[in-house]
Amino acid sequence: MLPIGCSLSFDTMLTVSVLKRLHISVSFDLQDGECVALQGPSGAGKTLLLRSIADLDPNDGTVKLDGTLREAMPAPVWRKQVTYLAAEPGWWSDTVQEHFGEWDDALPLVTRLGLPPGCGPWPIQRLSTGERQRLGLARALMLRSRVLLLDEPTSALDSASAAAVESLIAERISNGTSVVWSTHDDAQARRVGSRIFVMSADGRIEENGP
Amino acid sequence: MTYIQLAYGDLFLPALLVVMDGVLSLVLRLKLEKQLAIATVRMVLQLVLVGYALTFLFAAVSPLWTALAAFIMVLFASREIVARQKRRLPGTWSYGLGAGCTLLAAGTVTMFALLTELRPDPWYHPRYALPLLGMILGNTMTGISLGLDVLTNGLVRERAAVEACLALGGTRYQALLPVLRDAMRSGLMPTINSMAAIGLVSLPGMMTGQILAGVEPIDAVKYQLLVMFLIAGGTGLGTLAAVMGGARLLTDQRHRLRLDRIPAETST
Repeated sequence: MLPIGCSLSFDTMLTVSVLKRLHISVSFDLQDGECVALQGPSGAGKTLLLRSIADLDPNDGTVKLDGTLREAMPAPVWRKQVTYLAAEPGWWSDTVQEHFGEWDDALPLVTRLGLPPGCGPWPIQRLSTGERQRLGLARALMLRSRVLLLDEPTSALDSASAAAVESLIAERISNGTSVVWSTHDDAQARRVGSRIFVMSADGRIEENGP
Repeated sequence: MTYIQLAYGDLFLPALLVVMDGVLSLVLRLKLEKQLAIATVRMVLQLVLVGYALTFLFAAVSPLWTALAAFIMVLFASREIVARQKRRLPGTWSYGLGAGCTLLAAGTVTMFALLTELRPDPWYHPRYALPLLGMILGNTMTGISLGLDVLTNGLVRERAAVEACLALGGTRYQALLPVLRDAMRSGLMPTINSMAAIGLVSLPGMMTGQILAGVEPIDAVKYQLLVMFLIAGGTGLGTLAAVMGGARLLTDQRHRLRLDRIPAETST
């Protein structure tokens, strides 16, 4: 249930407490329609953290969505609501459109990200890294998840494409989606994040104001 | 049925052919002579022992001894399956899965043949049970080891694709399906290929053996067809069970891909 028109109530949507995976140990809350930027040196564990929240790796700790423990639902249901997007998304079929349930429904998103509408039958092999990254994002956005865990979603993009991604995600955020956005770009972190978490090499996060 | 019996002495001249291979190895410096010698000695010892063991088993016709012999055959098959894997499954499971699946598939198919078609008296007569099991076991073992090898290598190679599907809310079976299909295909391929080539390119050993022993060719062909059908069934069953079991071992209840369960490759 999306809360309608309650812009002043800060509902806690995602609660992460003492999430542990290898060296990382993290707690934080995420509100409805909030975007947090996640920064930190390579190897600090940003990807580990995002994957652990999505329950893609074995991990300890409590993670709740709207007060419901993730263990209370099957993992696929959890991941449809709390969706992790890898920096280099993987592809299991040969052509672009086979990765989308309904390719026609995905077209508006695909074109908005600056890809030609005719790219459906293209073989995945032919795509550039940047095209793959944008198509991976479009594929994940089709789920209309409550929480998006974006792992450097613009790392392979030129500034125009990156701007298109930022505005698309901003739209989702204003509609109530919550986002954790990992990025190496300080300016981008300040642009997209209402808060900035910095992850240190010892696997803890510290909040820096934007 | 008449056949020309061989005495041990009759094997002396043919054995010289192996000696010839050894001389070739020495002259051409292939460095195979040691391996060749060991393999030859092993072959002779193993076969003679099996000959005496079968003689004893055929005389005893005991369900217990026959079961023990079958069990030992399955053990060796599962050891062979493990030895053929580039990446091994975790711990004792690598043996357990191989042994379980060969036993399940080859055992079921052998019993099926014994109980429905051949119907020897008693049904577990080792003269029928053990040769059948041996032939089915060998082929099932190949299917299982190929299937598991393609499964583990495929999962390592296609990790990003599998995890992308999982991250988008796919179940572990949906995510693994492309790799599972590949693994099943490679497990079944050798059997399909040998079925297609049989009779034209190769005369199968069992059929040749029966013909040498004086059986009418067309009767030998019927036996060979029976065996090939059994092999096809056993390989299909065994590969399916092993690949599904392997997929289960390399994922968990929370639908995660658990490649961490493949032990690090020992550099030998």
